[in-house]
Amino acid sequence: MKKIIELKNISKSFDGEKVLDNISLDIYDNEFLTLLGPSGCGKTTTLRIIGGFEQPDEGDVLFMGERINDVPAHKRNVNTVFQRYALFPHLDVYENVAFALRERKVPKDEIDRQVTEMLSLVMLSNFAHRKVTSLSGGQQQRVAIARALIARPKVLLLDEPLGALDLKLRKDMQQELKKIQKATGITFIFVTHDQEEALTMSDTVVVMSDGRIQQIGTPTDVYNEPQNAFVADFIGESNIVDGVMLEDFKVRFSGHTFECVDKGFERGEAVDVVVRPEDVDIVREEDGMLKGVVTSVTFMGVHYEIIVDIGGFKWMIQTTDFVDVDEHIGLSIDPDAIQIMKKSEYSGMFGDYSTYSDEAEELSEIELGELEEFESTEVEYED
Amino acid sequence: MKTKGKPVWGLLGPYTLWAAVFIVVPLIFVAYYAFTDNSFTFTFDNLLRFFNDKSQMGDTEVRTYMLIFWRSLKLAVISTVICLLLGYPLAYIMSRASDRSQKIMMTLLMIPMWMNFLIRTYAWMTILQDTGLLNGMLTRLGLGNVHIIGTEGAVVIGMVYDYLPYMVLPIYSVMAKLDIRLIEAARDLGCNNYGVLKRVIFPLSMPGVLSGINMVLIPSVSTFYISQKLGNGKFFLIGDAIEGQYVANNLHFAAAMAFILMIILLVMMALIKKFTNNMAYGGEEI
Repeated sequence: MKKIIELKNISKSFDGEKVLDNISLDIYDNEFLTLLGPSGCGKTTTLRIIGGFEQPDEGDVLFMGERINDVPAHKRNVNTVFQRYALFPHLDVYENVAFALRERKVPKDEIDRQVTEMLSLVMLSNFAHRKVTSLSGGQQQRVAIARALIARPKVLLLDEPLGALDLKLRKDMQQELKKIQKATGITFIFVTHDQEEALTMSDTVVVMSDGRIQQIGTPTDVYNEPQNAFVADFIGESNIVDGVMLEDFKVRFSGHTFECVDKGFERGEAVDVVVRPEDVDIVREEDGMLKGVVTSVTFMGVHYEIIVDIGGFKWMIQTTDFVDVDEHIGLSIDPDAIQIMKKSEYSGMFGDYSTYSDEAEELSEIELGELEEFESTEVEYED
Repeated sequence: MKTKGKPVWGLLGPYTLWAAVFIVVPLIFVAYYAFTDNSFTFTFDNLLRFFNDKSQMGDTEVRTYMLIFWRSLKLAVISTVICLLLGYPLAYIMSRASDRSQKIMMTLLMIPMWMNFLIRTYAWMTILQDTGLLNGMLTRLGLGNVHIIGTEGAVVIGMVYDYLPYMVLPIYSVMAKLDIRLIEAARDLGCNNYGVLKRVIFPLSMPGVLSGINMVLIPSVSTFYISQKLGNGKFFLIGDAIEGQYVANNLHFAAAMAFILMIILLVMMALIKKFTNNMAYGGEEI
């Protein structure tokens, strides 16, 4: 595969706050790549650097092997679908889509042909002469995509394009975007904070936090083999416990020694152990590798989400079997359900569900979360 | 941007009363005086006089008030165009400056407005006089003298100075609200600075330009006093004419002139609005 964009050791600060810290990333032709992370992680800034709206303080941006740090946005063969679309309110749907072609002085009948084609691609053929302000969110979204695609970019940048849509519409648009990407063969770089969206749409997921790339991989990679506690926690639900690697394929945690499929750690090395809630089997107490007491049960539709107290550490388990609160149960974990991670700065911050069912503490956690979000938006306003 | 829904009559009450007493009733009086003579019998004479009064100017006979009106309109249009040419870039620069600079520029723009209009006009007299500050400076620089006071140029300078803020403020307030992402989107789609200005900023700032033109053109057409002081009374404007007739207790003719001026301005504003609307939101060519 051909590299289309390379970011080399990019750093960027706003008002002395480091927003990107030595980011390096290769983006390949025809790829659907997602930058995933919480607000303030630097994903939008990364996108804006590729688009030419921000200059990196350090590092290089390469486009098909050529350094483009100093190439202004309007000369880059890259187009953007903006957050909240940024459609031109003084132009109708047709003229919004035709905007790039008019700038290039394309002949009138050619513009007409291409705009008609684009509008049918995004299923807006009957809306050509409507005011953009009279369209629904989903329709505006399609106009924004058509407007960017008509410029025939090598790379399309999408900045949380589905954020303002309701759930049902978002699911439809996810499918449609994927289809458009396949049909046009254009590289898509998609920014989102929604891990589910990232997993369903992407060829490659780039998980970001605190201005650094935490992991790059396929959706299955980042889900099944998270590299640190942040990734494990941010993507899906995870129980993350402290463990010790006894030898290759043997790890001890929660007072039991488990077989696992990981190797290459030091003997006796302290590690983070991830077990996904759906990978834990509930067995009779006497048959369990771990034993615990059920503290809460929530019906989620497809499954029950239960919290189990195991020696003071609360685990989340997803199961289709019904168990009752205060029931004593045993847990069994297969070797390939255990993912071992090196200790990182995120160790101990995530993966404990002890506050999960406690209403008062949950409330304070929400407040804390909002506060964090507020602070991070100050650092990086565009997220 | 029209808000629909039931008006809140309780809140509207005082304004309705205000509008009735201070706007509608006076307008009715103006019309009533315009269409009556001194004994308050109905007549078109006052209106016709505006169009027909003739006087001798040099060797030629001219229609007095038509001449004055065209002169007023000409100077007002020139002043408005100059205000627009000066004010538009200023508004753009202000809207893109840092918050601090915006405040400073805004204050600088507003300070002259804190001073009385008469004092400002007298200040310009001292500057523009043949032996005034401007000529003093030019002489010291060895550039010779210019004769400005008593010319149409002096009247235009006075009007531009007085009305510039009324052009800048509405344009600035529209531009300051302009979504920066629209500018980025235009760049993204291939526009250089000029393209962004021409295809996005200018059409979107049209409402501000329109109200700026409104706020400068109307008072400029009907301005008086500036012309008397800076034009040395040589360039009688329609505002001066109305004032003159009023002072001479010729209320009916003064009302007739005011009435005609009002109608002409209304038609002009309607035309400008139609023209700019087509330009800004016509969709096709911009």
